[in-house]
Amino acid sequence: MTIPSSRAERLSSSAGSVVFDADVLVLGGGPAGTWAAISAAEHGARVVLADKGFCGTSGATAAAGTGVWYVDPAPERREAAMASREKLGGHLQDRRWMARVLDRTYAQSNQLADWGYPYPVDEDGKPQRNSLQGPEYMRLMRKRTKQAGVTILDHSPALELLVDGSGVVAGATGLRRQKGDRWTVNAKAVVIATGGCAFLSKTLGSNVLTGDGYLLAAEAGAEFTSMEFSNAYAISPAFGSVTKTLFYSWASFTDEQGSVIPGASSKGGRSVIARALRKGAVYAQLDEADAETQKHMRVSQPNFFLPFDRTGIDPFTQRFPITLRLEGTVRGTGGLRILDDSCATTVPGLYAAGDAATRELICGGFTGGGSHNAAWAMSSGYWAGQGAAEFAQQLGVTVGRQVFRRGTVGLRSRSGRPLQGGALAQSIQGEVFPYELNYFREAGRLGQSLSRLDALWSDASVADAPGEQELLRAREAAAMLATARWMYRSALARQESRGMHRRDDYPEQDDRYLHYVTTGGLDEVWTSARPLPSLQYAEAAE
Amino acid sequence: MIEVIDAERCTACDICVNVCPTNVFDKTDGIPRIARQGDCQTCFLCELYCPEDALFVSPFADTPQQLDVVALKEAEVLGSYRRAVGWTDESRHLRDADRSYRLFGH
Repeated sequence: MTIPSSRAERLSSSAGSVVFDADVLVLGGGPAGTWAAISAAEHGARVVLADKGFCGTSGATAAAGTGVWYVDPAPERREAAMASREKLGGHLQDRRWMARVLDRTYAQSNQLADWGYPYPVDEDGKPQRNSLQGPEYMRLMRKRTKQAGVTILDHSPALELLVDGSGVVAGATGLRRQKGDRWTVNAKAVVIATGGCAFLSKTLGSNVLTGDGYLLAAEAGAEFTSMEFSNAYAISPAFGSVTKTLFYSWASFTDEQGSVIPGASSKGGRSVIARALRKGAVYAQLDEADAETQKHMRVSQPNFFLPFDRTGIDPFTQRFPITLRLEGTVRGTGGLRILDDSCATTVPGLYAAGDAATRELICGGFTGGGSHNAAWAMSSGYWAGQGAAEFAQQLGVTVGRQVFRRGTVGLRSRSGRPLQGGALAQSIQGEVFPYELNYFREAGRLGQSLSRLDALWSDASVADAPGEQELLRAREAAAMLATARWMYRSALARQESRGMHRRDDYPEQDDRYLHYVTTGGLDEVWTSARPLPSLQYAEAAE
Repeated sequence: MIEVIDAERCTACDICVNVCPTNVFDKTDGIPRIARQGDCQTCFLCELYCPEDALFVSPFADTPQQLDVVALKEAEVLGSYRRAVGWTDESRHLRDADRSYRLFGH
């Protein structure tokens, strides 16, 4: 690894604010953000990473841990790994991207081993690299980020992007919430690695993920894709936050009376659970795990057992009530549209990585679970960091260029009453949590929900900026609201069931919709169809 | 949600204030204060990072609980997550005990 010659420069910290000059600014300090920051630094950039929370604990991975789509490079194993997902994803994946993500994930995972990540070794003495313990992984990533010379700003949520006179991204500004002041980073390129949006549903580790980066990017003109694939729900104990759906593949599911619910299952039967939950309580018990499996579960995912051990429930021998928590675009596949191999977005100088970027390229229309998502975070993080560093280098000297703030809702002084972030967030949850609106979609219900969401947006966009204490909450709510509107407009545009998107009124997959749905816009949300790359190549050859 | 900062064990190192992803704690002149309990997402990470086993996160994500700190300490519940993931000296061997590869594909 090359140690960069210089760090980002701290220009001033007078009058309760701090200004940095950098080549690359990374927003978000989860897996994608840390990989992006390290990659950008390795490619010669002076890097600042700003995290809403604490780089190392914030984001879904740190709290939850993750599988990794780590596949030995043998051609037949790679082929099988790619083929196994195509039908599930509704044939919206891109084989070229899948192959390059497999290669890059293999390299990054092995890099982690070289850095000292304690991968387990199996009975044959072979290291097993298809799983990562969240706290351990992200503690190591924070350390490596610092060692790469990256300046980390913790508890420093971004509020808005800065752009120059020609619309090229020029940095961002935000809050230092524990210091009570502001930060500004003047940068030549920005990587959005702020994660997806789980709408404050308390799915494990996801409450920092409120779609903030989507809103920032959209205000600068970025486009989104596959936002209809955003209805992932995870199983957790009804009272708790630990969503670890894999373990429920050893579960039986019963109703209040103790009768088995026909068809209920963690895989391929979660919709049955959703329907049953609309009628009453649903219980699970992991009674299909034998003693050996139970032992593996205990050492593999200690966090899974916290809600049980602390309430005196033995999940293997006792029933406990469960619920489904919305994972939205964290487990969904949509996000910022990526234009090329460097993970550039449609805004010059703006790059996207991890859950914030579309995962349609490797997952199509169906969630990759933790495994593909972790692989995507490593790979897209690496490429976005490299792309941003190279963009910064090409841009050259930018001293004295004029920059403009692009933030909108919640940031402008108006004559109306201040934006109430907490109340707005609750209203949005009322539109995206209910299974009958989001899980099981239908034109009439989606349309009514969209009317309510559009009205909320109209109100929010004319509201006055709240005080400093309430500003972050207001911007988070605005981001959630924008995300919900892109989701449901896209869901209306896809008049079929494909991947994880299911329409009650169009229950079958329809080949007329074998394309991507692009979306964007703030006051006016738009959608359009975009052909698959394979079909684009075919057209170009004609 | 986070329920307990044990005043007997806490050394006011403020690590929990720094690492909490949702900024639940405030620094004080002494031990930190649970200032915004409603913002706790029940991720258990403050407890994991506490070197003194002074914190306890209740598994109830949506409702505050009344807890008996003495009983929790007697039951050795404080610090149990840190021990289970191998972040204590005596449990370091658990850091590479992950057997997820045996569970995938079920």
